[in-house]
Amino acid sequence: MAELGFSNVSKQFDGAPALQGIDATIRSGEFVALLGPSGCGKTTLLRLTAGFDQPTAGEIRLDDQVVAGHGRFVAPEAREIGIVFQSYALWPHKSVFANVAYPLEVRGVPRAARRARVAEALALTGLTAYGDRMPAQLSGGQRQRVALARCLVFEPRAVLLDEPLANLDLALRASMQEVFSMFHRRTGATMVYVTHDQGEALALADRVAVMESGKIRQFAAPEVLYREPADCFVAGFVGDGAVVSARLTGKTRGECMVLDVLGQEVRARSRTATPTHVSIRPEAITLSDSAMLRARVTNCTYLGGRFRLSLDAAGETLVAFSSCRAAIGEGVGMSIDDVWAFHDPDHEVRVTGMPSYA
Amino acid sequence: MSVASTRHGGSRSLDRLLPFVLLPVALVALGPVTRLLLEGVGFGDGFTTTHLSTVLSRPSTGTALKHSLVTAGGGTLLSILIGGAFAFLVALTNIRGKAALVFCLMIPMMIPPQITALAWMQMAGPSSTLLKILGLAPPLGSPQPLHSAGGIILLLGIQHASLVFLTLRAGLRMIPADLVEAARMSGAGSLRVWAQIVLPLSMPSLIAGGAMAFVTALGNFGIPAMLGIPAQYDTLPTLIYQRLVGMGPSVLPEVAVLALLIGVVAIIGVLFGRYVLARRGFGLAGLSAQPLSLLLGKARLPVEIALWVFIFVILALPLTALLATSLLPAYGVALTLESATFEAWREVLLHQPVTRRAYGNSLFLALSAAAILLVISLPLAWLMERRGSWASRALDALIDLPYALPGVVLSIACILTFLNLPFTDLTLYGTIWIILMAYLARFFVVMLRPIQASIAQLDPAMEEAAASVGAGLGRRLRDIVLPLAAPSAAAGAILVFLTAVNELTVSALLWSSGTETLGVVIYNLEDSGETVMASALAMSIVLLIVLLMGLVQAGAKQFPKGVIPWQS
Ligand SMILES: Nc1ncnc2c1ncn2[C@@H]1O[C@H](COP(=O)(O)OP(=O)(O)O)[C@@H](O)[C@H]1O
Ligand SMILES: [Mg+2]
Repeated sequence: MAELGFSNVSKQFDGAPALQGIDATIRSGEFVALLGPSGCGKTTLLRLTAGFDQPTAGEIRLDDQVVAGHGRFVAPEAREIGIVFQSYALWPHKSVFANVAYPLEVRGVPRAARRARVAEALALTGLTAYGDRMPAQLSGGQRQRVALARCLVFEPRAVLLDEPLANLDLALRASMQEVFSMFHRRTGATMVYVTHDQGEALALADRVAVMESGKIRQFAAPEVLYREPADCFVAGFVGDGAVVSARLTGKTRGECMVLDVLGQEVRARSRTATPTHVSIRPEAITLSDSAMLRARVTNCTYLGGRFRLSLDAAGETLVAFSSCRAAIGEGVGMSIDDVWAFHDPDHEVRVTGMPSYA
Repeated sequence: MSVASTRHGGSRSLDRLLPFVLLPVALVALGPVTRLLLEGVGFGDGFTTTHLSTVLSRPSTGTALKHSLVTAGGGTLLSILIGGAFAFLVALTNIRGKAALVFCLMIPMMIPPQITALAWMQMAGPSSTLLKILGLAPPLGSPQPLHSAGGIILLLGIQHASLVFLTLRAGLRMIPADLVEAARMSGAGSLRVWAQIVLPLSMPSLIAGGAMAFVTALGNFGIPAMLGIPAQYDTLPTLIYQRLVGMGPSVLPEVAVLALLIGVVAIIGVLFGRYVLARRGFGLAGLSAQPLSLLLGKARLPVEIALWVFIFVILALPLTALLATSLLPAYGVALTLESATFEAWREVLLHQPVTRRAYGNSLFLALSAAAILLVISLPLAWLMERRGSWASRALDALIDLPYALPGVVLSIACILTFLNLPFTDLTLYGTIWIILMAYLARFFVVMLRPIQASIAQLDPAMEEAAASVGAGLGRRLRDIVLPLAAPSAAAGAILVFLTAVNELTVSALLWSSGTETLGVVIYNLEDSGETVMASALAMSIVLLIVLLMGLVQAGAKQFPKGVIPWQS
C-alpha cells in the first residue's frame, strides 16, 4: 500500500500535449477512478505511473520516493506497481499457474511458498480449477481474473487497471465489478481504475478524477461530483440532468443565494460568489400544473418505477422524473429548487438588470 | 524495496549496454563492403584511379561484363516466364495440389547451383547415364550442349524462377477480388479478365520479381563455373575466381575493381526493383477478403498435367540422372541393375578424407553461423523494434547489402578486410574463420528478418506486464520475448543453416587446403573428372536439404506469416 502523488505532471507526444499540469494525491488504500472520454489522457497517466513512459515535466511520487521527475526515473520493474491491461497481456506460452507464479519466480520466492501463494491468489479470483489451462483456453472473464491474480499475488504497492471491463459483455461486467470491489476490500490496495463509463466509476470508486483534454477537471467523491460539479464539463459528463446559464440577482435566502435561471428566481447552493451556470439534476425539478414555469415534453422513457421526461423550457433541455406517463408535445408546469451553482472558467459572470461585467 | 532497487540498477544498465551490440554487428556486416569501396579508389597506396582505368579498359573485362549481362538477362526472361505462369495459375485459378506444387518449385532455389548444373549435365551430353539407358546418348566426343551461354541461361532461369513466383504471388494477393468480380459482371471471360485487369495490375510485381532474379543470376557463380569455364565463356564472377585462383592475393586491387563493377550493376538492379515495388500499390489497399479464383473448367486437368510434367522435367529428371551417375562403378560405364553400386557413396561419405573434412567444415560453419546469428539477432531485433534510434534504423536499411550483393563481391571484400587484421600482424586469410566472418555478414538478414517479424507482432503489453511484476530487461528477453519469438528464430536458424551448408560462391574464393566446404569439394571433384563421386556427394546434400525443408514445412503453422520463404 502506498500513496501516489502527482505534481504538475505533463506529457507531450511529439509536441502534442496528452497531459497538462496534473496535480493529485491518491491516498494509501484508496480506490480511485480516472473517468473521461476516449483520448483524454487516462491511459497516458496510468503508463506514467507504472513507469512505461516518462513525464515531459513534473514529478510522480510513490510514498515519499520520487519515481519520476527531477532527472530521476525508477524503472517499472522496480516500482512494485501491478497493472491489469485492457488486453490482459497474459503470456500465451505459460499456463494460468505459471502466469500467476511468474512475479514470485522473479522475486526468487522458494517453490513451496510460491505454490501456496499462487493457490491463494487463484482461490481469491475463483480460478482454482483452471491452473493448468493455457490462456488461449479461457474466456474473456477468466482471462481478466488471471490478470488480476497475477497482479495481486506479489502484493504490489498499488494496482492500476486500464479499462478492465471494456472487452467483456454486460452480464460479466457486473460480476467482475464485484470481484474488483471484493479484491479491494480484502487487500486494501491502492487502486487506480481507468474507465470511460461513469456508471462503473461512480459505483466502484472512493473518489473519481474526471479528466478532459489532458487535465483533471474535478477530483472528488462520486456523490460530490453529482451534487456539486465544478464546471460545465463535469456537470454534463457525470450524472443526468441539464446545465443552464444563470444570472446573479444579488439576493439570498437563508444559506443559499438566489439566481435567475430561465427567468425564474431559483435557490442555489454554491461555493463561489460569482457563479455562471447551474447544474439542474432531475431531483431538483418538481412538476405541477400550477407552476409558473411552463415547458413542453419532447421525450418520455420508462426507467422502471418512474418515467424520465425531456422537457423544453425557454430553449433549454431539462430532465425531470415523473410518476406518470406524459404525452410528447404536452405542456407541463414545473418549479426548480435547490440547484448547484458554479463558476465555469470559460464563461463570464452575468447579472440581472445590469450590463455584464468580466 | 531494497532488493528491487538493485535489480532495477542491473536492468537499467543492460538497457544502456544493449545498444552496443549495434557496433560489432555493423562492423562485421558492413565493414568489409566499406573496405572494398575504399579499395576501388586506391585506399592504402594513396588515392588513385589507375586500377580503375586499367582494369576497366581491358577487353576481357568488357567481354565478361557482356556475358554476365547476357546470361543474367536471358535467365531472368526465362524465370519470368516460368515463375509468372506458376504464380498466375496458383494464385488465381482453382487447380488442385497447390501446396505440393509450390514446394517442388521452391526446391531448385534451395539446391546449390553447382549441384543443379552437375545434375543437368548428367541428363544431357554424350556421357549421360540416363540417355545411355534409353539408348539416346549422342556419340562420344560430341560436345556437351549445356556448356554454352544457352545452357547457363536455361539453368539460371530455372534456378531463380521461384523469386519471380514469390514476388508476383504476393502482388496478386493484394488485388481485391471485387475488381475482378466487377469485370466479370461486365461480361468479361476468365482470359479477358486476366489480360485486361490482372496482368496490368500485377505488372509492377512481375518486374520487381524479375529485377530480383536478375541480381541473383548476376551473382551466381556455381552455374557459369560448371558450364561456362569448360567452354571458356567467362562471366564476371568466374573471371574474378580464375584471376584470384591463378595469381593469388597479388591481384587483389584488380579483382576489387571487377567486384565493384558487378556490385554496381547489382545495386542498380536492387534499387530498380525496390523502386518499382514501392510504386506498386496504386490504390490496391490491403488484402482482399477472399482470394481471386478463376475457374479453369475443362482446361483444369490438362493444365495440372502440364505443370506436373514441367516439375518432373526440371526437378525429377535431373535428380534421377544425378542419382544414376552416383550409382555407377566408374564414369562412362553403362548403368544396369548388376553394375549399380553404392561404392561412390561409401567412398565419399566414409573414406575420402577431403569429403569428410568438407562435411565437417560445412556443418561446423553452418551450425556456428546459425548459432552466433541466433544469439545476436534476438537482442538486435528487439532493439530495432522497441528502441528505434537513427543508428538502428540505418543498420536496418543497410544490413540487406551483404546478402543482396553477389557473393564474389563479399568474398573479395572479406579478403581485403581480413588479409591483414587491422592493428595486428594476424591474418584470417586461409583459415576457416574468414569463411565464418563472411557467412555471418551474408546471412545476417536471413536470421534477423523472421525474428523482427515475430517481435513486431508481439503485443508490447506482454513485456510491460512482465516489467510491472518486477522482471528486468534481461529476464523479460529470456522469459517472454525469447519463447514467443522462438519458432521464428528456429525457422531463421534452419534457413541460415540450409543456405550456409551448401554455399559455394563465397567459400570458392575463401577456401584453402583444409578448409574446403561441401560446395567447393563438389566443384573440385567434378573439375578433376571425379564425376561419380561428385554426384554421390551432391545427391547426399540434396537429401539433407529436402529433409530440412520438410522439417521447416512441418512446423509451418508455428511461424508468423512471411517467415518461410517458400510460403510467404
Ligand atoms: N505513444 C503515443 N504516441 C503519440 N501519441 C499518443 C501516444 N499515446 C497516446 N497518445 C495521444 O495522447 C492522447 C491521450 O491518449 P490516451 O492516454 O491513450 O487516452 P485515453 O486512454 O484517455 O483514451 C491521445 O490524443 C493520443 O492520441
Ligand atoms: Mg485508454
